[in-house]
Amino acid sequence: MNQTVSLSETLGRGELIGGHRPWPRAVVTPEIWQELAIGLGKRVYTLLGLWGEPENVNLALFQEASGEIGVASLNCPDGGFPSLGHVCPPAQRLERALADLFGLQPLTGPDARPWLDHGRWPIRHPLGAAQTRSGPADPYPFLTAEGESLHQIPVGPVHAGIIEPGHFRFTANGETVVRLEERLGYVHKGIETLLRGATLDSAARLAGRVSGDSSVAYALAFARAVEAACGIAVPERALWLRALLAELERLANHFGDVGAVCNDAAFSLMQAHCAVLRERVLRASATCFGHRLLMDRIAPGGVTTDLPAEGQPLLHKLVVDLRRQFKPLIELYDNTASLQDRTVATGVLNSELARQFGAGGYVGRASGRNFDARRMPGYPPYDRLRFEVPVLSAGDVDARVWIRIHEVGQSLALIEEILDRLPSGPIRADLPPVCGPGEGMALVEGFRGDILVWLRLAADGAVERCHLRDPSWFQWPLLEAVIEGNIVADFPLCNKSFNCSYSGHDL
Amino acid sequence: MALIIDWLVQGFQMLLVLALCPLLIGFVRKVKARLLRRRGASVLQPYRDLRRLLLKEVVLAESASWLFRVVPYLVFSAVWVAAALVPTFASGLAFNWTADLIAIVALLGSARFFLALAGLDVGASFGGIGSSREMMIASLAEPAMLMMVFTLSLLAGTTQLSSVAQYLLTDGVGLRVSLLLAMLALFIVAIAENGRIPVDNPATHLELTMVHEAMVLEYSGRHLALIELAAALKLTLYLSLLACVFTPWGMAEAQAGWSAYLLGLLAYLAKLAVGGFLLAVFETGIAKMRVFRVDEFLGAALMLGLLGILLLFVSRSL
Repeated sequence: MNQTVSLSETLGRGELIGGHRPWPRAVVTPEIWQELAIGLGKRVYTLLGLWGEPENVNLALFQEASGEIGVASLNCPDGGFPSLGHVCPPAQRLERALADLFGLQPLTGPDARPWLDHGRWPIRHPLGAAQTRSGPADPYPFLTAEGESLHQIPVGPVHAGIIEPGHFRFTANGETVVRLEERLGYVHKGIETLLRGATLDSAARLAGRVSGDSSVAYALAFARAVEAACGIAVPERALWLRALLAELERLANHFGDVGAVCNDAAFSLMQAHCAVLRERVLRASATCFGHRLLMDRIAPGGVTTDLPAEGQPLLHKLVVDLRRQFKPLIELYDNTASLQDRTVATGVLNSELARQFGAGGYVGRASGRNFDARRMPGYPPYDRLRFEVPVLSAGDVDARVWIRIHEVGQSLALIEEILDRLPSGPIRADLPPVCGPGEGMALVEGFRGDILVWLRLAADGAVERCHLRDPSWFQWPLLEAVIEGNIVADFPLCNKSFNCSYSGHDL
Repeated sequence: MALIIDWLVQGFQMLLVLALCPLLIGFVRKVKARLLRRRGASVLQPYRDLRRLLLKEVVLAESASWLFRVVPYLVFSAVWVAAALVPTFASGLAFNWTADLIAIVALLGSARFFLALAGLDVGASFGGIGSSREMMIASLAEPAMLMMVFTLSLLAGTTQLSSVAQYLLTDGVGLRVSLLLAMLALFIVAIAENGRIPVDNPATHLELTMVHEAMVLEYSGRHLALIELAAALKLTLYLSLLACVFTPWGMAEAQAGWSAYLLGLLAYLAKLAVGGFLLAVFETGIAKMRVFRVDEFLGAALMLGLLGILLLFVSRSL
């Protein structure tokens, strides 16, 4: 296969679907599907998403060399599709989830076990041809590790702290972890089923609640997908306010994370101070926009709440204060030898894996993967804003903390710039009485990484099918790789430095 | 009459450590909270927690044997006796002839041994992790502790705590390098034995990083109350030990009379408060170390103890 063939050319050989914006979607033949699979294996493409519909599967790809994004759809008349799992490990869990939800089987896939379906749903394949479950599910076979003096440590799904549920099965030799296997899906809420047939308003609210800490990013991604599908132009002021909201969310989460990582090394001093900073961001958000976590502030067509006049000086002051207060904390982090001893060289993710899995956010950027959806593919107003995407190559816990610290600095500068250049005007475009039919897609940078939303609107304006892909899908498997050879007691630290979403992943 | 008073005073000391130890825990937590700019729970919270636990029913794992049920009582009594033996506000009490440093080390050692067995008893994986980590730490902490004991006994000519304290109160002792080394060693051992940061984190919710908490994860109700109380007693014991050996000032002599006892008590409370405060400050300023760094940390304590002994052999005046 010629590696220089661009994604759009390959997709062009299939049957291009009209009304899919902003990137092309094509129904492809099994041969082209295979070609794309080989391209994935050779790292010509990066996997962006893989999701199902009752009759077909969709594969979203990103070609780094040309910057092209495209979706390939393969009809599955026989209820199966050629698996990508062997050549492209990040596709494995997506395939298993797809099989659980739609009943479309990845043929000759590497892993036929269920993923989201733990055998406790009353029906099977809720999004495909739903059927009532007949008997209890088979017990879930965990992957084995054999050898002398190996022992298993099952952790979760209910943990000692108040965190989301997930099961971790360690196989360890003393303290050294030989294998970690995750089992997720405990917080499956059936969001994609709920979105089927939902009106745009209720769908937007639901999308903003997929993962509570990324409410802005999800709502933005959903809104952008709707706007792409219907060709709605968003007013300039709304675009800038959206960026402001997104950066406030990023700030709050990064402050929280920096503190939480240190707290997992029992350095609670850092968490206490970072929690104060996070709280200040949340309170400023509540004062300016009426919601601490900024839920429902972004809606298709624009934003729902305008920044009040007194908000501008308040946020300006917030930025100045945060910058002043965060500086000594960075020094504290950098100068506490006992803390550095824990974070440096712990949980190293090599850049090869980060690239293979297309890891987004701080996980990828701490391991040398220079990708930020705000830059590439990019969306307004970031194309007109000055900011840097910090990239480090160490790949350890320390690097992931430093990426966050650098991003805090970038976000603070971005907020200042947005406030200075905020255009005036309306904040929400009038939606046509009926949006649709149409298909839209959006890639938005949340604090964790790139969130993908794909949707199809029916002719009556309701959502026909909507898929939301959390960045955690490509980060959870890497956590398994990172802990191998580490010690059991260092897992919480590695886990917190990844801070993957359970809710966004289990959906 | 004197005998009765002696017994009374000794009894008072036993009850004193028991009554004080939750307050010490509460005080350390309060100071830590204030250092983290939190308001923190009341210093009396540990008492309420103990009452709550005592009123709760005990939930036992199906695989728990008799050992699991007996261990809390064993651990509690062994640690209480050890804590009651350390002179707090007065030396020369009725039971002081038993207050031998080696006996105290042995009592604490057996308490730990039984607790580790109980951790393994249920067969849950966390108990096993906790027990194995605890024994690793103990196997390093105990020799270091004994080195410290030898340093003191070489100096004072006895391993009886009361006599050691009295010897150190005499004028001829002065500043000694070996004493300083022994104090540092004891401090490190105290941190490790009580599961404080940087060796263990008593406040953590991360089950995979726990040491002491992982061992007792299966306990509930009054069993847990006894184990928590024993942990509090142990912290009091180590602080009392540090106070008794290295800052014996203010301690009442044998049959010194009520006013001296009162003065000794006030001095003791002040020492505990200072010790608790310093512990909180130390814990706030340091991150927990990797599990496999603990051996280096405790190895340092062992070396300090050894150095103290060597110095004493080189010159009796060091």
